[in-house]
Amino acid sequence: METKEIKPLSVTQSGEKVQLVSIEAGRNLNSRLTSMGILPNVVITVVSNGHPGPLVISVKGSKMMLGRGMAHKIMVRGCDEKENHSGTGRKS
Amino acid sequence: MKKKITAALAGNPNSGKTSIFNQLTGARQHVGNYPGVTVEKKQGTCRHGDYEITFVDLPGTYSLTAYSTEELVARNFIIDEQPDVVIDVVDASSIERNLYLATQLIEMNVPLVLAFNMSDIAEQKGMLFDIEQLSMLLEAKIVKTVGNKGKGKTELLDAIIDIAGLAKKQRIHKINYGQEIEHELEQIEKAVAGKENLLIQKYDARWLAIKLLEQDDEITAKIQSREVHDTVAASTEHLKGIFGDNPEVVMADRRYGFISGACQETIQTTVELRHNYSDMIDAVATHRILGLPIFLLLMYLTFVLTFKIGAYPMGWLEWFFGQLSQATANLWPAGSDNWFRSLLVDGVIGGVGGVLVFLPNILLLFFMIALLEDTGYMARSAFIMDRIMHKIGLHGKSFIPMLIGFGCSVPAIMATRILENKRSRLTTIMVIPLMSCGAKLTIYALIIPAFFPAQWHGPMMWLIYLIGIIIAVICIKILRLTVLRGETVPFVMELPPYRVPTFKSICIHMWQRGWMYLRKAGTIILAVSIVLWIAMSYPKPGPDSLTDLTPQQAQQEKLEHSVIGRLGKAIEPALKPLGFDWKIGTALIGATAAKEVFVSQLAITYSVGDEDESEKTLRQKLRANYTPLTGFCVMLFCLIYAPCIATVAMTRQETNSWRWAMLQFFGLTVLAYVVTLIIFQIGSRIF
Repeated sequence: METKEIKPLSVTQSGEKVQLVSIEAGRNLNSRLTSMGILPNVVITVVSNGHPGPLVISVKGSKMMLGRGMAHKIMVRGCDEKENHSGTGRKS
Repeated sequence: MKKKITAALAGNPNSGKTSIFNQLTGARQHVGNYPGVTVEKKQGTCRHGDYEITFVDLPGTYSLTAYSTEELVARNFIIDEQPDVVIDVVDASSIERNLYLATQLIEMNVPLVLAFNMSDIAEQKGMLFDIEQLSMLLEAKIVKTVGNKGKGKTELLDAIIDIAGLAKKQRIHKINYGQEIEHELEQIEKAVAGKENLLIQKYDARWLAIKLLEQDDEITAKIQSREVHDTVAASTEHLKGIFGDNPEVVMADRRYGFISGACQETIQTTVELRHNYSDMIDAVATHRILGLPIFLLLMYLTFVLTFKIGAYPMGWLEWFFGQLSQATANLWPAGSDNWFRSLLVDGVIGGVGGVLVFLPNILLLFFMIALLEDTGYMARSAFIMDRIMHKIGLHGKSFIPMLIGFGCSVPAIMATRILENKRSRLTTIMVIPLMSCGAKLTIYALIIPAFFPAQWHGPMMWLIYLIGIIIAVICIKILRLTVLRGETVPFVMELPPYRVPTFKSICIHMWQRGWMYLRKAGTIILAVSIVLWIAMSYPKPGPDSLTDLTPQQAQQEKLEHSVIGRLGKAIEPALKPLGFDWKIGTALIGATAAKEVFVSQLAITYSVGDEDESEKTLRQKLRANYTPLTGFCVMLFCLIYAPCIATVAMTRQETNSWRWAMLQFFGLTVLAYVVTLIIFQIGSRIF
């Protein structure tokens, strides 16, 4: 898992499963995303991407629509694990 | 004597909070605003046993930070009003994410009841809850509910009364932020406890420490002591060094950790549903090619239903007001010139009736919108429109209020509340009047058949609507580049699962908005109708000048003599370059009250009686007096110029400033003048 390269969410493929690495945004946006369950280490399933306009992702059992601008700021890496990681396990 | 309890309803958007609120309170609701902000405040009451429970529906939020008005409003209500119980409505089918708000309520140490809503969907998903254990871990009472079916209502009410009766106690389980953060929290807590005596009385010290470490703007601003600020800054720096991130990010992560820990022990998932029905609908409804046509078809159906079905009750209301004004007029002897009779018949009944006849349309439109919202389709429409809206600097959500604008600007401006970003919201409000509303339609319906052959009617109508949309797009571009400059806000929005709504909840939604329209528009229109009636009736010409005139000529003479007639004549030189005369000018002034007044005003100036044939004869007279180009320019001007008084009042209310209302009023008028001037001047040289 550590070997997979880090890329913005906007370049992922429909159906891909990725793990969130970091959000390159201000505190306001970061907090909004966090409260909706989008935060580091969480597993995201890309439901639809590939055409202009927003992406649809699935996080913690709910579907979200993300603007493309936002998706550029979310860094992810590929993950094959099936288990739904819920955002814990941060290295301290 | 009933015992009184206040209960606040919190919950994520789409958690079914509103349907729970509606089930609990039924029609006994009161809608208003929180003081100073345009966040809707809904209140309702419910009797249960010996208790009278007042429910306050807090805005739907994902969190309780100081970043958005809604979250602040919800938070401050809980702190300032100290409700006896806070009910957090949780979507049980996506429990972990929904409990994030609960962790913040737990930290505020409020008496908490969790309503595990949509528990039927959770069960379908194969989720099994150990309610007792979870309730112990979260130290809150948990009740399973199914909001739209009214299940669990009694249990919820019992739980509320139980919790309200308990004394506040210290929690056993705290959300543990880990050794390093806990240490810093302790330091801050000490500093706060030592220096901020006043704040400690109102707020929990640990909660204050948490908020300070999260750099919460509102709480930070309340701290007076230099020392506390220094402690917080030192702690933040220290933690940043350890985690390489803002403490607030790490703390959020710990909260999810707490939730995850609690859920792991108490929730079992038996089967994993790969494809549920929601995904299957989405595969079609948000399809990259099919999505847009489906959306357009649904919108088309909405409008056809609104106007086709609405036409029947509208006819009945028109008949009713006709009878009413006839009956009122008959209270005086025939031919009487009593001012009070005229005020009642022409002013009050004519004006208010003119608004009320639109009520069936408005209610039907609201019904359709509530239906689209409650099924979950509205969020998809924002998704579908986003591609297009993004190009003009707004996002998909702005499309919804604009669409409502084709019915009426007043509810459309109210609907902009769904937009979180202030600049997007203002931009949308400013251009909503450019969407041809139902009242403007009456003007087009008069003018188009008067000047254009039958085969042109449809395309002409389409052209006018299209011009409105194009001008709106240009205005949005200009606004976004000038006064409302700013980046397009990146957005994130939940796509809730599709649900079958209940008829009752749709009706409640429809009625709430309809009532607001009636109250706001009704009172303003009544006042303006009276003012307009005065301006149209006074000053009266001397009785001598009316002798030898037919009743129709007399009516025309009176109008010419009135304030409005004089105003129309006064502005005639300015309107000449547009191809308009004082008669059109008079009608245009009158139409600022309500657009459909244009038609009735023009009818009076052309002294056509109130006979059935009036529209036909009016069209003939228009054709005799003006060119098709002028007719087109009248429509163009009516499309763009100053919105009606009700819209201005609504803009004032929703933007909280006269500045924006006035900018809209005068900006659009100037724009209408310039556009019409160009079209008329070029047109009259070609034709």
